[in-house]
Amino acid sequence: MERETRNRFGGLLAAAGVTLSAGLVASFLARRRAWHGDDAPGYTQPRSFGDYDVTGRSVTIREPRQKLYEFWRDFANLPRFMENLEEVRQQGDDGDSVWVIKAPAGRSVEVETKIAREEPGELIAWRSVEGSDIDTEGRVTFEDAPGERGTRVKLIIAYKPPAGEVGKRVAKLFQREPAIQARHDLKRFKMLMETGEIATSARTADQTRAAQQENG
Amino acid sequence: MRALTWHGTRDVRVETVDDPEIINPRDAIVKITSTAICGSDLHLYDGVIPGVKPGDVLGHEFMGEVVDTGRDSTLKKGQRVVVPFTIACGGCFHCKSQQYSACDNSNPVEKQDMSATLYGQPMSGLFGYSHLTGGYSGGQAEYVRVPFSDVGPIVVPDHLEDEKVLFLSDILPTGWMAAENADIQPDDTVAVWGCGPVGLFAIQSAIVMGAARVIGIDHYPHRLELARKLGADIVNFRETDVREALLEMSGGIGVDAVIDAVGMESHGFAIDNMLDVAKQKVGIGADRASALKQAILAVRFGGKVSIPGVYGGMTDKWPLGAMMEKGLQIRGGQTHVQKYTKDLLAKIEDGTLDTTFLISHRLPLEDAPRGYHCFKEEQDSWTKVVLKPGMETTA
Repeated sequence: MERETRNRFGGLLAAAGVTLSAGLVASFLARRRAWHGDDAPGYTQPRSFGDYDVTGRSVTIREPRQKLYEFWRDFANLPRFMENLEEVRQQGDDGDSVWVIKAPAGRSVEVETKIAREEPGELIAWRSVEGSDIDTEGRVTFEDAPGERGTRVKLIIAYKPPAGEVGKRVAKLFQREPAIQARHDLKRFKMLMETGEIATSARTADQTRAAQQENG
Repeated sequence: MRALTWHGTRDVRVETVDDPEIINPRDAIVKITSTAICGSDLHLYDGVIPGVKPGDVLGHEFMGEVVDTGRDSTLKKGQRVVVPFTIACGGCFHCKSQQYSACDNSNPVEKQDMSATLYGQPMSGLFGYSHLTGGYSGGQAEYVRVPFSDVGPIVVPDHLEDEKVLFLSDILPTGWMAAENADIQPDDTVAVWGCGPVGLFAIQSAIVMGAARVIGIDHYPHRLELARKLGADIVNFRETDVREALLEMSGGIGVDAVIDAVGMESHGFAIDNMLDVAKQKVGIGADRASALKQAILAVRFGGKVSIPGVYGGMTDKWPLGAMMEKGLQIRGGQTHVQKYTKDLLAKIEDGTLDTTFLISHRLPLEDAPRGYHCFKEEQDSWTKVVLKPGMETTA
C-alpha cells in the first residue's frame, strides 16, 4: 500500500511539473508533451490530480544553490519562513521528522514524514508516512538560474485531506489558499536568504505578525 | 511620540503614537530633524491612493539623527542621515541592478498581494505611502524605524544644514532621474509639465545635463517664475494652447523630450478628464492623465517620454496610436534613490545644485495639518513645506 501510494505520487508530482533530473531529454520531452502539450508547469493548469490537491510555486534567489539546499535540508529551519509550520522535530539520522502544523482554534496537527528522495544540492522530496493526519508529499528543487541570478527554487506540495473530525480541520486549514501560502512561504525564504531577515512594517516588536500570532 | 496620521480624505491629524523600536538586525531608529510634505502626499490626502488605513503615519521625505541601531546596521549613533523614501535590501536581483525602487525584499510578504494583482509583480516597500507599498510608518513624526539602514541612509557632513540636503530623500533624485529618463542630448528641447518641486528639479537637472532649451508648463505664476529663474522658458497653459506653442517653440518638429511631473490628479478641461474626476470621486478611479496625454501628442516622432508623476491604476482613452506611430520611448518608475544620493550630494557640496530656493514654509510638526491644507489649496505660494519636530509652535 505504501509503495503503491508512493508510485502514484511520483507520477502525480511529475505531472505537476517537476522536471527532476530526467535522464534522457528526448524521452522526458515526449513524456511531458503527452501529459499537457505545452511547457508550462502542470500546477499552473486547471486540471485534476484525482483526490489530491497540488500546488506549486517558484522563486528566484540570488544565492548559491548549495547554500539554499543546506538551509532547507535542516528541516528545523523551515518554521522560520513557513507560516503554518510550528515546529519540525528530527527523528533519528535518516531524515525522518515530525512536522507540527498549526490548525484552527489554537490546535495543531502532527505529520510524520520520511525523505522520499534526495539529490544533494538539487532536490529534496518528502512524504507523510501511512496513518498520518494528512496524506501529503512535497518536493523542493534547486536549479541554477541564468547568469548571476542565483537559484530557482520550486516547491510543489500535494495533499489529500482525510475524512473525520481532524480531517475537516486540516481541510479548512489547507483551503486557506494554498497557492498563496506557498508563494508567501517561498518569498519569506528568499528574504531570509538574501537579506538575513524577514521584512516587517511593524513599528514596535509586539506589532509584528509573528508576535501577534503568538499572542492569539 | 507625536506623528502625523491619516484618517480619511483631507483629514490628517498630529497624534501621540507608540515610539518605533528596533525589530530586525539591520534596522536603525532615526530622530527626525526635518521632514517635508511631498506632492505625492497630496494624493494620499485626496484619498486617491488605495490601501491607506486610519492611523497610518505619513511622510517619506525626512532626515535626522541616528539614535539606535540593530546589530547589523552600519550606522552609528549620532550620525546625521538623509533617508531615501524607497526601502531597499541591497542584495536582491533588482537592487544589484541598481533598480532599488523595485527591491524584491522590502515589502512585507503579506502586503505584496495587492500590488502583485495590480501590476503583475509586487511593489517594493516605501515609507508612509499606504499598505500597497508595505504599510511602513513614515517620517512626519518624531522618530522613524528605518529597515536596511546599512543600504539606504546617506550620512551627511555637519557643515551642510538640513535644508541643503533634505531633498536627497526623494524629490531631487526624482527630478534628476526624470531628466535621465528623458535621455537628454545637447541639442534637445525638453518640455516639463508641472512646475512643482519635482518639475522644477527636473528642469534644473535637464539644464545641468546640457539640454539646449527647457520649457516649463504650469498655470501658477509664482511656480512659473521659479522655473524661469532656473533658466527655463515658460508656458502658462491657462493662457496658451500648449501643443501649438510647443510645436512653434521647436521649429515645427515637436519637442525632443517630454517629462510629466504632474501625475494622476492632473488638471485639465477636456471632457475625458471630467469623466475621470467623477470616477475617482465615486471610487472607480481611472487615473487622470491629461498632462501625459498632451505630452505624448506634443513630443516629436522618435521622441522620449519620461514619467516621474505618480500613477496608480488604469487610465481611459489612451493615445495609443500616437505612442506606436511616433515610435516613442516611454520610461517611468519610482525613483531608484539609492543610485543617485552619493553623486547628488557631491553636486550639492560643490554648488552645482542648490535646492533651498524651493522652500516656502517651515512649520513645527504640530502644524502639519495646516501645511497639508495650504500646500493643497494655495499651491502658488506654498511651493514646499518643511516640518521640524523640534520647532516651537508659534500659534
